[in-house]
Amino acid sequence: MEFFQDGKVREGSSLSLSLSGPLAMMPYFLWVAIWRYKSLHISKLQYLAIVIESEDCRTSNVIELLQWLADLGVKHVCLYDKEGILKKSKDFILEKFDGATLFQENDVLLDQPLMTLEFASFSDGKEAVAKAANVLFMKYLKSGSISSYQGEQIFTESQMGEALKTVGLCYLSDLLVGGNGPEPDLLLVYGPARCHLGFPAWRIRYTEIQHMGPLKSMKYGSLIKAIYKFTMVQQNYGK
Amino acid sequence: MLREDIIIDIFSGWRSFLRKCLFRVLRVGPIPSHIAVIMDGNRRYAKKKKIDDMTGYDAGALALLHLIIYCMELGVKYVTAYAFSIDNFRRQPEEVQKIMDLTMESVMLLTWISKLRSVRVHFAGKLQLLSAEIQDAAKRLMESTEVYNNFVLTICICYTSSDEILHAVEKSCKEKWDDGIGIMGYDKGNDYERFIKVVDIEKHMYTAIAPDPDILIRTGGEYRLSNFLVWQSSCCHLSSLGTVWPEFGVFHLAWVVLDFQKNYRYFAKKKLQL
Repeated sequence: MEFFQDGKVREGSSLSLSLSGPLAMMPYFLWVAIWRYKSLHISKLQYLAIVIESEDCRTSNVIELLQWLADLGVKHVCLYDKEGILKKSKDFILEKFDGATLFQENDVLLDQPLMTLEFASFSDGKEAVAKAANVLFMKYLKSGSISSYQGEQIFTESQMGEALKTVGLCYLSDLLVGGNGPEPDLLLVYGPARCHLGFPAWRIRYTEIQHMGPLKSMKYGSLIKAIYKFTMVQQNYGK
Repeated sequence: MLREDIIIDIFSGWRSFLRKCLFRVLRVGPIPSHIAVIMDGNRRYAKKKKIDDMTGYDAGALALLHLIIYCMELGVKYVTAYAFSIDNFRRQPEEVQKIMDLTMESVMLLTWISKLRSVRVHFAGKLQLLSAEIQDAAKRLMESTEVYNNFVLTICICYTSSDEILHAVEKSCKEKWDDGIGIMGYDKGNDYERFIKVVDIEKHMYTAIAPDPDILIRTGGEYRLSNFLVWQSSCCHLSSLGTVWPEFGVFHLAWVVLDFQKNYRYFAKKKLQL
């Protein structure tokens, strides 16, 4: 590119020169991005949770997001919003999104042809634990065992899990005895701030939490990047 | 490594003056009442500086002392630090023992600081897993600082959220029993909401001394809670920083507080809805 002619600098030529370098590199960066994200090890992502700010819950966006996840090969998804709007729209979402079935009790996380969808809300968190506490209390009330324990541990995590199972939250029982149940590996937060908004506490002890911004401005590239970042994480679990 | 003269230096000097100027600016906006920290990255710091792991932990302890002082100056009332998880017992025994020795040293230093600045110190976790010596020192410190309420420091040691929730459920059941629920009899029908409520469980949490955190900071570039305050962080700003814990300083704190102030209205609205 000639930018000096007759000893004079052409107007705009310095700008062209400054842009030519980065612009010329663009195909290279695109190629690197495609190559990198093509090797997405989606099998590492056994269970994905999505927390959505209740005020932003547009089912059209949710269905589009689910479609992206299905295209990526994600098999098990939990949709959470604090006020339970997604739970109320469960039937509509399942009807509009063909590629999913409802997560059932005793479902195990195996490869399935259709995506399994779970819907959760704030009442599945702290209130569920309170209900489980009542189940345990009534059980020990009937056996008359509580009074004989002085300062020792009277419940184990597996018993707590069984109690949670009784109130209809069966997956938590596996979680408490060793993490074989669907504790989300990754939790994506679609909202104005990075906050899990009361997602059942018992299930996110070691879950990676990524903030994605508002749902209305969700991007496919950001989703891939978040999942890619998760697949590169190594956890020590305290060791 | 942890010495009283180092603490006195932090409280005084031109750095303290500049810090107070910075905090005066930050105080134009809302200040969090409670900050929780996961102090991750001590071993990575040691590796980076080519020092042994224990010196890395010493540097981490010093960073925590700096944070306590910064928070006192800023106007934060509660600080909760994740010092040692029950899961950490799976580390090498020598490493665990060295951490316990550092804990003992820190208890001594906190005893001195608590008198200097009227700090209430609370140890949250399954303390019976600690050695008798540390348990006694911790209990003495908690008892001697019970009267202070200007600033509350909670050190989570031998702690996990799952153990905390289980412990709170047990305590709630025993409380209801002691209240005579068992004597009065019970309804034989299925009623999962009758006796124990969420508020009963929450008051028996190890960390019940403080309100729910406004900010939970994790250093080391990780994005998970690692079984720390998962129950209490429903409406909490989760902040993940790439810096390792020993390098956490006043500007990192200022950044986190500014981020919190940006989202303050959102979190205030969420807390009201709870």
